[in-house]
Amino acid sequence: MEIKREKVRSALPLDEPPAPSNLRIRQLRARDLLRGELSDEEIEQLVSEQTFTTRLDKVLNWGRANAVFPATFGLACCAIEMMSIVSPRYDIARFGAEAMRASPRQADLLILSGRVSIKMAPVVRRLYDQMLEPKWVMSMGACSSSGGMFQNYAVVQGADKFLPVDIHVPGCPPRPEAVLYGFNKLQRMIQGNPDPGWRTRYNAHGTEEWARQYGTLTDEAREAYAAAHEAAKQAADLVPEEGGEAGEAERAPGERTEAPADRAERGRGRFL
Amino acid sequence: MPDAAGLELIAAEINERHPGAIIGTYYEHDQACLIADPEQIREILAWLRDTPGQKYTFLASVHGADYLPAVPRFGVHYELLNRDRVERIRVRAAVHDPAAEGGPYPLGEEPLPEVPSVTDEWPTANHQEREVYDMFGIVFRGHPDLRRILMPEDYIGWPQRRDFPIGGEPVIFTNNEREVPGWTQ
Repeated sequence: MEIKREKVRSALPLDEPPAPSNLRIRQLRARDLLRGELSDEEIEQLVSEQTFTTRLDKVLNWGRANAVFPATFGLACCAIEMMSIVSPRYDIARFGAEAMRASPRQADLLILSGRVSIKMAPVVRRLYDQMLEPKWVMSMGACSSSGGMFQNYAVVQGADKFLPVDIHVPGCPPRPEAVLYGFNKLQRMIQGNPDPGWRTRYNAHGTEEWARQYGTLTDEAREAYAAAHEAAKQAADLVPEEGGEAGEAERAPGERTEAPADRAERGRGRFL
Repeated sequence: MPDAAGLELIAAEINERHPGAIIGTYYEHDQACLIADPEQIREILAWLRDTPGQKYTFLASVHGADYLPAVPRFGVHYELLNRDRVERIRVRAAVHDPAAEGGPYPLGEEPLPEVPSVTDEWPTANHQEREVYDMFGIVFRGHPDLRRILMPEDYIGWPQRRDFPIGGEPVIFTNNEREVPGWTQ
């Protein structure tokens, strides 16, 4: 039986440029390209219409950010909320992270969903060490971020005492939307903007890791902090808000009510 | 549940057989409790288990308590149950703290109070005595495997004692990390 095949040439004369929205035409042309049935001019036109150039690391980070594999790892009640982010109602598959991996070797993202007891901390650290680079950690909820309500003998007061945490999601427990929002922040961080914005919100410039190497406050450290603060202030004030969602969240109530100059002074007094 | 008079009868009978074993009794909220000398706790529990008419055969729970600043400071509670009559009785071993005299001792080197273990007669007490040891630092003499059970094995201190510092660790946020020195270095 002969398969009847529609020819793209009949549907698409070359002298009439197609509407770019015509999906069927583009599909047929891609099919013909794969079959090797396109002429040189057609290939030329196809490439000029459908490709763009970029940097390799950008593509790499784009792929990493949109195919994060979280570890199947629950610590406490936050894990219930974490489970629901893969449900159809919240659906982290929209962001490409629905593949929860049961082995740290296959996971990119460790979500600390609950309090970390001091007996569990070495285990968590070991799991983190077993994950392959690049890897990220989300501290979900008040307990893993700061100890939360468990200010007692059994619980580590903040998971960043024993492993580097990339993003903290506040809440007790956080809503699944908050986890997704934190995950979006993490994706943005992975894609090349490593500043999630909290230093600006907390007026905490000068606490970066590179700034800590100064240790005691020498004159150079003072100058370095001042320079960092100035640069960050300028960046925060000059760069337009990125995306409506992020902008709204960063303008928390009571934020940005004082003038930028006053904010800079406040930071200098506290951190320098 | 023995009533208050029955509790006194039990205490008198035990003291008759083991002089000085029962220090006192109390009865409140419909709960009967014998306050016991810890050195004779095995004999008391065996008497309550084996004596016809008593037959508190089931050791439901072993747990500790810290009554600081009371003397004696610690209590080890043995909850007994007679499953035929559904009667309960509690035996509280009143344990002196040897660290109360002398000292102050360095952290983790204070002398620990001792109580005879009942694990060989009541196997259910095994893990529960380990927990009491873990939380209160009460050593059960004769226990087959007295290790910490809940806290990490290298933990220093007895966290459920009343003089254990609660919330001794300041919570660091970005707004006070400069004021709390030395936690990142």
